[in-house]
Amino acid sequence: MDYSNLSLIRPPEIDSRWVLKDHLGALRVRFSMGRNRYRVKPGLYRLGRPGKDSEVIVTANYKLSFDVVRRSLDGLDAWILVLETYGINVWCAAGKGTFGTDELIRQVKGSQLSLYVSHNRLIVPQLGAPGVSAHKVKEATAFSVKFGPVRSNDIREYLAAGYKKSEEVRSVQFTLKDRLLLAPVEVANSLKYLLVLVLFFIALSGLNSAGYSFELMWREGLKAALYLLVAYFSGALLAPLLLPVLPFRYFGGKGLVAGLSIFAVLAFLGPIEIPILALLGWFLISGAISSFLTMNFTGASTYTSLSGVRKEMRLFVPLQIAMAFIGLTSVVISKFV
Amino acid sequence: MDTQKYLKNVVTLEYDPALCIGCRLCIEVCPHNVFRMSGKKAEVVQRDRCIECGACEINCVTGALKVKQGVGCAAAVISGFLKGGEPTCDCGGSSSCC
Repeated sequence: MDYSNLSLIRPPEIDSRWVLKDHLGALRVRFSMGRNRYRVKPGLYRLGRPGKDSEVIVTANYKLSFDVVRRSLDGLDAWILVLETYGINVWCAAGKGTFGTDELIRQVKGSQLSLYVSHNRLIVPQLGAPGVSAHKVKEATAFSVKFGPVRSNDIREYLAAGYKKSEEVRSVQFTLKDRLLLAPVEVANSLKYLLVLVLFFIALSGLNSAGYSFELMWREGLKAALYLLVAYFSGALLAPLLLPVLPFRYFGGKGLVAGLSIFAVLAFLGPIEIPILALLGWFLISGAISSFLTMNFTGASTYTSLSGVRKEMRLFVPLQIAMAFIGLTSVVISKFV
Repeated sequence: MDTQKYLKNVVTLEYDPALCIGCRLCIEVCPHNVFRMSGKKAEVVQRDRCIECGACEINCVTGALKVKQGVGCAAAVISGFLKGGEPTCDCGGSSSCC
């Protein structure tokens, strides 16, 4: 008897619809909670009732990626091949190489895909291309990689058009909506550093020429906390949202402009009664913090290169350090004059 | 509105048209439409839009395209600087880059 097919088991069945748990999970990871534990098991899945001719759609095992893909394929019968990317999305995992040639070959062989389908097409998300070498996959598995659209919502159109993509479908965007979704993650990420800074400045605020005053600590400390909070939101939220309209191509420059402007508005409008030296100090500190945070948004953006980021850091990191240092010195001196 | 322009003349992308066989794969994989076909060969038309993702290089069978692959992420550059080694998107799953 031939037992060679005994290992052929039915891959798990999945549904395109989202249940409440999927919605709550998506919301949670958008706010940066438990993102690296949000995973599905790698391997082959059945969506609908796929047969020998059904397409094979490849994705990552970050559960949000998997969920978005299955939702976008509603009504379609397809095989979903999930790669082990350790809970990282396709684009980032491709950059690291975990969504890559070797893992794709491993899953194609491990799942015995060739027993389930009679064609040799693998639809790989275009954003997986930095990790997947189509000709190497072909050599190793005889499967032919077709790089699909960037966004899973375009998969149906891509398939209907006979595996053809328009320029728009091939392009990575960075819309206001994208930035609205990504900025909260950045805001949440650096919150601990903000807290440390606030505590430091509250403690510093009690200093004066007569020694240390707790009354002063609270009165001045709360002002300091307000300035820091404003600079923080300028750099981590406001500048990212206004990215296309702020001057400069450098993210650090955009953040700087946002931080300085917001502080200037605050200083004019607010009932701020502080020495001119402290005002100048806070102006510089606000600019430095905002510039630094927006510079960090290069990682969330979709159109920055490593060479470009390096160039901007060589320019802006020294500037940020100098501004923060002069600003802090001014604030401290103002307490003794 | 065009939001997709970063710095000018910084990227490491290099292209040797002599090696190009016109397979179009670079056009298929590039997320910023850096390439287009010009006759039977690819052509670099928007070099400054390149984000150095490396997709074109690893999918170019003849090695006509070369680019130093990297992540355009300041946090990654900082952590690479602190830990030594190349910047990677290894923020431990706690950042929006990865």
